[in-house]
Amino acid sequence: MVVATSPAMTLARDADGNLANRADWTKEIAVQLAMEEGITELTDRHWLVITYMKEQFEAKGDAPSIRKLTKESGVETKELYALFPKGPAKKAAKIAGLPKPKGCI
Amino acid sequence: MKKLVILGAGTAGTMMLNKLSNVLDKNEWQITIVDQHETHYYQPGFLFIPFGIYQRKDVVKPKRDFFPTGANVVMSEIDRIEPEKNQVILKNNVVLPYDYLIIATGAQIRPEEVEGMKNGQWHKSIFDFYTVEGACALADFFKHWEGGKLVVHVTEMPIKCPVAPLEFAFLADSYFTERGMRDKVDITFVTPLPGAFTKPRASSILGDFLNKKNIHLTSEFNIARVDNEAKRIVSWDEVEVPFDVLVTIPTNMGDPAIQRSGLGDELNFVPTDKNTLVAEGQKNIFVIGDATNLPSSKAGSVAHFEADILLENFMSVVEGRAPSQKFDGHANCFIESGFGKGILIDFNYDTEPLPGKFPLPGVGPFSLLEETKMNHYGKVMFRWMYWNFLLKGQELPVESNMTMAGKRM
Ligand SMILES: Cc1cc2nc3c(=O)[nH]c(=O)nc-3n(C[C@H](O)[C@H](O)[C@H](O)COP(=O)(O)OP(=O)(O)OC[C@H]3O[C@@H](n4cnc5c(N)ncnc54)[C@H](O)[C@@H]3O)c2cc1C
Repeated sequence: MVVATSPAMTLARDADGNLANRADWTKEIAVQLAMEEGITELTDRHWLVITYMKEQFEAKGDAPSIRKLTKESGVETKELYALFPKGPAKKAAKIAGLPKPKGCI
Repeated sequence: MKKLVILGAGTAGTMMLNKLSNVLDKNEWQITIVDQHETHYYQPGFLFIPFGIYQRKDVVKPKRDFFPTGANVVMSEIDRIEPEKNQVILKNNVVLPYDYLIIATGAQIRPEEVEGMKNGQWHKSIFDFYTVEGACALADFFKHWEGGKLVVHVTEMPIKCPVAPLEFAFLADSYFTERGMRDKVDITFVTPLPGAFTKPRASSILGDFLNKKNIHLTSEFNIARVDNEAKRIVSWDEVEVPFDVLVTIPTNMGDPAIQRSGLGDELNFVPTDKNTLVAEGQKNIFVIGDATNLPSSKAGSVAHFEADILLENFMSVVEGRAPSQKFDGHANCFIESGFGKGILIDFNYDTEPLPGKFPLPGVGPFSLLEETKMNHYGKVMFRWMYWNFLLKGQELPVESNMTMAGKRM
């Protein structure tokens, strides 16, 4: 029961289950947030996307949509879905400690 | 003379033209509206065409019937806006200078965004019902279809009228039942969302309706391509859904003119302040209707609520004040559920659809998130209200911002 006792579980969350305070985010927390989404290991490719998401959020104030991710992160859509199954933009944003992208309504 | 230019004479642009013509002094203002087509389509009516309930003639009227007398109308394709020069360039190179601009260029389907969607079975066994052409082609197809796998599919969000694909599935159930062949038609609803709809309460209630009507649900399906030979859609994670007829809502995007103007996001929607309806980074450009990137539904009812807010804010800005009215994302949608019944939902940015009565608390006549005959009559009456009141910019008996009265938590 790694997830049930993880420090990430004690942090404040928003209605979507994403971190309420971006300041709470660390790389260790990211690993635990990934586990909540069923992703057991964060590879270099995962980190590339997560870092890109964070940079975009700092610059624009919103996490990028899947379309933007494909166009600008250098990772193809197909691979994005392999890395973050079902919802790359939504899952990568959560793991990056960001709110759900506005485009995902 | 001060110049106001309105781009797009669809639902939102026509409404704004009528509202502003009534209040702006004709000696001080020149209002111009631009559109490429003479015909106004009642898009909510497209839903009924495949089932023979409406025909083409039921959803078209000349745009000019809805313009106030003396309106300055330009029929031309818009090439681009040059915001730094306060001017619009038309396709024929005519330049329209403006002091204020209202963008109402809407959203359109772009099937070519998905590999294989447009270049094989398109309008043969793959259809849309978001264009009059698609809806009419599907009506012809259904007349002779003997049954099989019907897949109703949403490509990606956001789409106009996010309940329309559900309504389509409900109406298909009703249509094939009434034709005595429901047992020969297998209906599957395929969506990228985690459930039947965008908001949790409504999603679970509408999901139950799918169940009750024996419509299968495949959720979290993000389409990668259409396999025309094998007649199946394939997701990015290699899930396959076979079809005999695919009714898809292709990617919805803003007009390419928005992209050419450098004013759009990756789907050519204009980033817009969700409260004031002013284009982000601009002072004299407003945006209304499907053309915005607002996190509200893209619907005629939403455009109608926005119009009241935009009118107030426009008057404030031209009088040198800050825009004072705030749009709350109010949406109000009748959902056709088949067999002469309907469901109604009412919600905004912060409050999801809740059960209750509407518009009069406790009385109705409409019931929220329940299936009733009265809700169906509401949908039928909407077309009449649309042509006779809404487009002409007249008031409907519903508040612009949402009210909690009559709703149950
Ligand atoms: C199948 C379907 C069912 C629907 N059901 C409902 C419903 O039940 N209830 C509801 O409230 N809403 C419904 N809607 C949504 C509703 O129709 C739209 O939200 C509404 O029409 C949006 O108005 P608009 O003015 O923003 O865009 P539009 O009405 O689409 O108008 C845009 C206008 O801009 C013009 N234009 C765009 N680009 C250019 C250019 N480059 N040059 C010149 N002209 C240009 C177009 O020709 C068009 O006339 C439905 C939509 C569909 C497709």
